[in-house]
Amino acid sequence: MAFSSDVAVIDGCRTPFVRSGTAFTDFTTYDLGRTAVAGLLHRTRLDPDAVDLVVMGSVLADPATTNLAREVALGCGITTSAPAYTVTVACVSSLQAILDGVRAIQTGAARVVIAGGAETFSDVPIRFRRPVRKRLIASQKVRGLRDRLGLAKGLRLKDLLPEVPAIAEFSTAETMGQNAERLAKRLGISREEQDAWALASHQRAARATVEGLLARQIVSAWAPPRYEREAFDNGIRGDSSPAALARLKPAFDRRFGTVTAGNSSFLTDGAAAVLLVRADRARELGLQPTAIVRASAMTGADPREELLLGPAFATPRALDAAGIRLDQLGVVEFHEAFAAQVVANLRLLADETFCRERLGRRGAVGRIDSERLNAWGGSLAVGHPFGATGARLVTTCCHRMRFENARYGAVAACAAGGIGVALVLERA
Amino acid sequence: MGSFHFEVRDDRVAIVTLDCPGSSVNMLSPSLIGELESELLGILDDPGVVAAVLASGKPSTFIAGADLKTLEAIGEASEAEAFSRRGHALLDRVARCGKPVVAAIHGAALGGGLEVALACSHLIASDDPATVLALPEVMLGLLPGAGGTQRLPRRVGLPAALPMILTGQRIRARKALRMGLVDAVTTPGGIAGTAARAALELANGRGLVRRPLPLAVRLLTFSPLRLIVLRAARRQVLRRTRGLYPAPLAALECVRVGLARGEEAGKDAESRSFGRLVVSRPAKSLVFLFNASNAVKKPAEGAKSRAVRRLGVVGGGFMGAGVAGVSLAHCPVVVKDIADGVLSSCIRAVAGGLDKQVRSGAVARIERDRRLSRLFLTTDPAELAGCDLVVEAVFEEVELKRRVLAEVEAVIGEEAVVASNTSALPIAAIAAEARRPERVLGMHYFSPVHQMPLLELVVATRTAPWAVDTARALGIAQGKTVIAVKDGPGFYTTRILAAYLNEAMLVLEEGAAIEDVDAALKDFGFPVGPIALLDEVGIDVGAHVARDLGGAFAARGLSSSPLLPRLAEAGYRGRKNRKGFYLYPAGGKKGRKKVNTEVYAFFGGAGRRRVPRPEIAERLGLTMINEAAHCLEEGVIASPRDGDLGAVMGLGFPPFSGGPFHFVDHDGAGTIVDRLHGLTERLGPRFTSAGILADAARDGRRFYPD
Repeated sequence: MAFSSDVAVIDGCRTPFVRSGTAFTDFTTYDLGRTAVAGLLHRTRLDPDAVDLVVMGSVLADPATTNLAREVALGCGITTSAPAYTVTVACVSSLQAILDGVRAIQTGAARVVIAGGAETFSDVPIRFRRPVRKRLIASQKVRGLRDRLGLAKGLRLKDLLPEVPAIAEFSTAETMGQNAERLAKRLGISREEQDAWALASHQRAARATVEGLLARQIVSAWAPPRYEREAFDNGIRGDSSPAALARLKPAFDRRFGTVTAGNSSFLTDGAAAVLLVRADRARELGLQPTAIVRASAMTGADPREELLLGPAFATPRALDAAGIRLDQLGVVEFHEAFAAQVVANLRLLADETFCRERLGRRGAVGRIDSERLNAWGGSLAVGHPFGATGARLVTTCCHRMRFENARYGAVAACAAGGIGVALVLERA
Repeated sequence: MGSFHFEVRDDRVAIVTLDCPGSSVNMLSPSLIGELESELLGILDDPGVVAAVLASGKPSTFIAGADLKTLEAIGEASEAEAFSRRGHALLDRVARCGKPVVAAIHGAALGGGLEVALACSHLIASDDPATVLALPEVMLGLLPGAGGTQRLPRRVGLPAALPMILTGQRIRARKALRMGLVDAVTTPGGIAGTAARAALELANGRGLVRRPLPLAVRLLTFSPLRLIVLRAARRQVLRRTRGLYPAPLAALECVRVGLARGEEAGKDAESRSFGRLVVSRPAKSLVFLFNASNAVKKPAEGAKSRAVRRLGVVGGGFMGAGVAGVSLAHCPVVVKDIADGVLSSCIRAVAGGLDKQVRSGAVARIERDRRLSRLFLTTDPAELAGCDLVVEAVFEEVELKRRVLAEVEAVIGEEAVVASNTSALPIAAIAAEARRPERVLGMHYFSPVHQMPLLELVVATRTAPWAVDTARALGIAQGKTVIAVKDGPGFYTTRILAAYLNEAMLVLEEGAAIEDVDAALKDFGFPVGPIALLDEVGIDVGAHVARDLGGAFAARGLSSSPLLPRLAEAGYRGRKNRKGFYLYPAGGKKGRKKVNTEVYAFFGGAGRRRVPRPEIAERLGLTMINEAAHCLEEGVIASPRDGDLGAVMGLGFPPFSGGPFHFVDHDGAGTIVDRLHGLTERLGPRFTSAGILADAARDGRRFYPD
């Protein structure tokens, strides 16, 4: 679909992405979101009263802030007259937030939109198990000691153990890691290939950090209780080696597996946000557009065999909508859930059979040489706070387009349920 | 036009709404009381009315208290006493009308306003942060003169009532409910209707039931056990006021009489004390200070200020953090420092301050987050781009301040103001190499910034009026009492303080004991003695200032003590390294400081002689007053009012006196000049009267002609 009125990405920024249970243990999703949005407001010098809409993505909602976007907007002093809502589409949640923002601008509903997302795995909503929950709800209605005691009947000791949310597919009962194994085996992606991709991702992220390229997208966070500055991602292992990675045991299939903690993304806390405005209004707001959103696509695929193939499904659709070819992309940012998943998507985009049978195309979409893809590292190294990754990808894509002076850029990611999203940007 | 209107609803509940015309708040004036006497009582007596509600038509005030203009105009104690008795008569009628009367309190119910509410049978308050209940009379040298000392202890018990009556403690809705000051809390919208419902229920014998006070509280209030509480309170008051402020003691006495001999006797005592206090020196002084500081909280006519939409602060230390903290309610703040560690303690201080306000109910939690979200910390000066005003709060060193100024000017817009938070360095020197000196001025904050009300703007000869107006508007937005003074060594406050501290050093050199000097000035009415103050400020800082000002004083033939710099060089720095004129025990703030006898080695040895405390106070007090007069003469301060505000709000000059210039008016310029002359004869020319004092003495002129 061609867009009627141009939407500009002004800039984006994010908190440092940190391994869960480290620097941001005392930050809620709300605090993380607030840090990213406040940082964006400061960077762009945008008047908070000029914002028309705030959309945020988040996956494991904190029950206290189910409409995360609204709380973040209020906590940042964004005018109360700007509505705000929260979307959840697993790992593409903030891409969905951005797409919603783009559409709101295109339809004339808004001119200035903040879109992003936040996630913490340092404080996930841990629940009682179902038997206990059922009795707790029932207990609100009972009167008298006997009824109360009756409630305990049939309760087993192990029912009292808390339940931690699993990162598993509801429809297939398979975890993401198990599915990555399934994919690696089906396509014959070797352990070495996966480790090599993971190592490259870490080394690229490390180099981009040292060269200060990532600093431009990171806004420091000062997290309680000590309020010390966190300015860097702390999951990047630039000093890792093939040997070190090779020593790790497979995490999901001990016997025949190839997917390890080293070539998977880790649990991460962080938030990211981008500023979208109607392109023809940017100047009067004193803002300088970085890129124009040219097209987007959202796809669905089989949640068992194609769960992690979102980029392969969505990218060609978005390219077609933008009217450009894969080889015209100067910058490509693919989400890296697992090294096996990135390799699989690249391989299938270049695979004629797949492209014909599953994408309905005449031939292969094409190859993406590795210089263009995730040049500043990907989710494997930087980390993957589910709700924030999409906004990080768009921010990185924009910054790389500026840095590399590229005309076209694309962002794509996969998500639970076999969902894929892709976005094509053109340098403004 | 009437000050209130009323309607009698179909259910026969009368809703009386106070709405003083031409004012944003309701205040108790003789005319309002007259209206209430002639009409309110009639409504209450009307057999067609079963219950009444007393509400306010103002957006954020119930009743702000007695009209100070009325009180100021009173010249005779008997007049004030009659005013109080009239109030008693009116409120007694309300209290005894035999029908439920519910006060619907949204916004401030202060002083007489709370006393009106207390005369009602029931109180309902809104849970809004604007709702504050207090009896602040003692802070103005007065006491609650409309039954407050009688009804409050009976309602909430003595232990809870005394802090309100004796210190003006402010109570918010939730706490008011907990302590039984109000009977219910509701939301602000439609509070009159909610109160009417409660009133109707009460008229039908149902509804709000007041919980009896706990037994212990009842015993401490109504049994002879209360003597323990009263005695403890008396001791505390004496320690705090040093006998200089009669109001709290008088209020305490009214409470005692009321509980011992009944409410009538208590009210009688109240009226008599009220009459006496209204015309007393402390009340006159405190009311002047209150009015004067309110007067400077409004921008001047025709001010050319430019909006400050983003504030920069360079230096995230204690002062910088303080400035950021008081500004975040107004606009985003960018704090720039060279060290992450400093920035970290900066945000810790700001967040800690906000957390405290959240706990007290002064700031909502979301507002805390909003303010913290507006705080941006950085080590990169380029981030100051877009700031409309930048306050530099780095170490007191001209070279450093010049460097920072250049760094700031390189990134800010042409229209932005740069202010130096300095206590003594001349702005002209700091701005000597400025690209645009007309936008440079001094903003001298006092430490700790969130507590000290004064902001001294320092205007250099080249500073443009629009820059001053912009800084003043920011100061007002920060809640400060702002005075503008002329650039020069020490400006105003630091200069008169330096003269005073110098005299303290000279007294020590003559053999006085440290504790005598501090006690003397506390007896005189300063909250802190000069030596203890030096330890707080830092002896090294004091030495710095003494050196900077020494030249200026020497030019006038004033002898400066060389001892502060020497002490600082020897490593005595004050509280910050726990070693100054006093020794500070490590760890807690709780430990009591002890005089550090080591320092006597610098002041002529350990042998001390008794210098009479009144003599010490006279020497130091007159030194400060005389220096203030010099400042007025030289045009450093624009008016005696600014001089009085600056000395009291910035330095703690005895508030009961109303400031140095009121002090002179009170004692008479003639006596002051004579006393200075006597000191000149004995101790040297540094006590020579300022010309303006001598002139006033000769012409019999006052600084404040009535």
